[in-house]
Amino acid sequence: MTDLLSLQGLSKSWFGIPANRDVSFSVREASVLGIIGQNGAGKSTLMNMIGGVVKPTSGHMLWRGLPYEPAGAADATRIGIAFIHQELNLFTNLSVAENLYIDGFPRRMGLIDWKRINERSRQVLSRLSLDFDPSVEVGRLSPGERQLVEIARALHNEASLLIFDEPTTSLTPRETERLFATIENLKSQGCTIIYISHILSDVQRLCDDIVVLRDGELVSKGTITEFPIPLMIRSMIGRDMGGMFPPRSNQPQGATVLEARGLTQPGVIEDVDLTVHEGEILGLFGLMGAGRSELARVLFGLDKCAKGTISLKGRPLEGPVRAHIEAGMAFVTENRREEGLMMDASVAENLTLASLAAFGRGPFALIDRDRVAERTERMREELNIKASDIHSQPAKALSGGNQQKVVIGKWQLRDPDLFILDEPTRGVDVGAKYEIYSLIDQIAARGGGIMMISSELEELMGMADRIVVMNRGEIKGQVLRQDFDRERILALAFGEIAE
Amino acid sequence: MSSSPVPRRELKDKAVDLLLSDQFVLYLSIFYVLLLAPFLPMLVTPANLVNVLSNMWPLLIVAIGQTFVLAIGGIDLSQGAAIALTSVLGAVLITGAADPATFANTPIWGWLLTDAGGPLAGVDHGVVLAIAAMLVAAVVIGLINGMAVAMFAMPAFIVTLVAMMIFSAFALWLTQSGNVANLPDDFIRLGRGDIVSVYFGAKEEAKIARRAIYSLVTYPMVIAMCVALAAHMLLNRTVFGSQVLAIGMNRKAAEISGVRVRRIIIAVFVLSAVCAMIGGLLFAARLEAGRPTLGGGSFLLDVIGAAVIGGTSLFGGKAKVIWTFFGVMFYVIMASSLSAMNLSAFQIDMVKGGIILCAALLDVLRTRLKRERVR
Repeated sequence: MTDLLSLQGLSKSWFGIPANRDVSFSVREASVLGIIGQNGAGKSTLMNMIGGVVKPTSGHMLWRGLPYEPAGAADATRIGIAFIHQELNLFTNLSVAENLYIDGFPRRMGLIDWKRINERSRQVLSRLSLDFDPSVEVGRLSPGERQLVEIARALHNEASLLIFDEPTTSLTPRETERLFATIENLKSQGCTIIYISHILSDVQRLCDDIVVLRDGELVSKGTITEFPIPLMIRSMIGRDMGGMFPPRSNQPQGATVLEARGLTQPGVIEDVDLTVHEGEILGLFGLMGAGRSELARVLFGLDKCAKGTISLKGRPLEGPVRAHIEAGMAFVTENRREEGLMMDASVAENLTLASLAAFGRGPFALIDRDRVAERTERMREELNIKASDIHSQPAKALSGGNQQKVVIGKWQLRDPDLFILDEPTRGVDVGAKYEIYSLIDQIAARGGGIMMISSELEELMGMADRIVVMNRGEIKGQVLRQDFDRERILALAFGEIAE
Repeated sequence: MSSSPVPRRELKDKAVDLLLSDQFVLYLSIFYVLLLAPFLPMLVTPANLVNVLSNMWPLLIVAIGQTFVLAIGGIDLSQGAAIALTSVLGAVLITGAADPATFANTPIWGWLLTDAGGPLAGVDHGVVLAIAAMLVAAVVIGLINGMAVAMFAMPAFIVTLVAMMIFSAFALWLTQSGNVANLPDDFIRLGRGDIVSVYFGAKEEAKIARRAIYSLVTYPMVIAMCVALAAHMLLNRTVFGSQVLAIGMNRKAAEISGVRVRRIIIAVFVLSAVCAMIGGLLFAARLEAGRPTLGGGSFLLDVIGAAVIGGTSLFGGKAKVIWTFFGVMFYVIMASSLSAMNLSAFQIDMVKGGIILCAALLDVLRTRLKRERVR
């Protein structure tokens, strides 16, 4: 097999700060190359250089053995490089066929040749074994199907190198399976693939070769058989983790923090009973669409429920979100960017958002700035938030892990009795994940109740004292820590067994 | 060209600092005046400065109200209509006499307005009562806007556009487009009353001509400064202000963090209408009449333009009263210099439009610079 693309000593610095240093590797034709590394390891800059968006400071690239010096993104597209991004670049209001041809519609006698477009689109879709009609509007497809349309667009543009950047974050397990099958299929058709992901088991399953980046440098490379997952992690973070999860430092106590009885909202959740105890980490598992986040929103008062009761520390709860917060609930949503943070506001402003009233003094509620400075600084230390200046640095300038710490810190300032954490480590890299887990453990050790929702079963099995499994809005069963068993939990999640 | 790159970088950094500073528009105003002063000497005469200031205060108050609405990512197009309606209402209540030739056909003739004037004419504290009535009207307008935006999740643009249509038409209908004059002196004094005046000239003159005295401190100035100071504290120092900005930055996050989003949106629209009413009060007092056409024409452009020039973002979450203060200052200086150049009203509006466009461009540039600095 020949090399499709070779990087030779590629470096890039921004204002003298290196983002990539002397990176060299090759991508074999018709293979899948996995690139792994923590956030900030230099993956994006590297991909931007390959894509012609960023010019290397030094080093060069070869494409099929010939020098490749892209002047812009258009050069990369022309030569046959396509990116399948995390945020999909599709026009949801247009049809699949229109999206495929958006760069230039074929014309006949001055009018768009729809017949040809539909025919060709159907051909491309069948190459991917997709059965939907090219005239269907993209907005009506699921995230997984949209991603396949994006791949179809790449094929339509005759791409020979497809670069996937975290393609599975918004996919259901079934859609992920379908994507993997598609990738295998593409490989057998002679396409070459670069696959970037944090999900190491996927990388292991899919890739032929692997490249590990750390601090902008290539730290190791080899075939996948040489890289078991523990070695991948060790290479990425540069040290042994001694396990992915911190040991749980406390046993749950008896007292009940949260008690929900018979929560029902037709079509969303059905007769849900749930209890969380002091110092307990309750894991809530289920497949995408099982109603986990919906349940969390109901518990927090964001969504209504038709029937059922919620009580916190024995006091019944109803009414708006505010009442729930004041009673002692906290909610870290799955969507940090849209629901958790004010991205343009400073770290300190974000930290105080949920407890602003407590900083008000006098009849006009003037903010006590000294107290704000003192409390936010203490929270920064406690959570080890890495920020240069919490009063001027905006949240968007922080890494994913530190952003998540800010969201947790925002609630910590209220010292809540119950934390609802929805996908607390999504978009957080391996090193920072451990810190988040430790934080969660500490909160529980201080007697807080935690309801932790996750799509990563390993994470729940590593952290939770008890896992409750949902399927189609119903609770199918619960498993205690000593009985944790992957097969059994998955079977509950798929609705194959019930208690 | 072997000059070392380091000083140039420092120079660039300084330029960026200047562009991003709170006082940027103040520097711009000073620069603008210094640039034009040699060609238009009258720009820096005491008479003109007094004139510029007197134009500034009412606009400042209205623009401050607008700043709060912009801060939550909304816009209030109904401020002009609120001015028209409240000024007519106040004037009708306290006018000392009304001409039947103008008002006999109005729907209020005979019961609210007669040839002996309005119901509060000559009444003790009539002016205070009239202002209270104007305040109530403004609060009602603000409540309607705010509730439509907060409760029914309608876009502020369309809600306030419709409010503008309805309330300005209502004001015109009330007086059949007539101006209500014959206002009591107590009221008129609010628009131009001097508290401190200065006179430049020989001491010996026995009698000083009125036009030789320049107002230094006036009622409108004191009122506007009080409003500005209170608004500054409210927006940048209180829990309420922080919540206003939080809603502008990320409404969902604010909601989930327990901010009373709807209540605050309503309060902000009420604040905007009340500011419009206070500004309108000063306009009406200065013109010695309640006019249903007050706040019409390109007035709204002046208000939003001044706020945007100051640096308040139309996308919400980024607003300071001090920015609006400097924005209004630059705006009135520019308007006065343009009229000093003997440009027609149409030409002035064309130039104003261009300047607001530049301000919007500048906002984009500043946002980008800030983002780069963060990296």
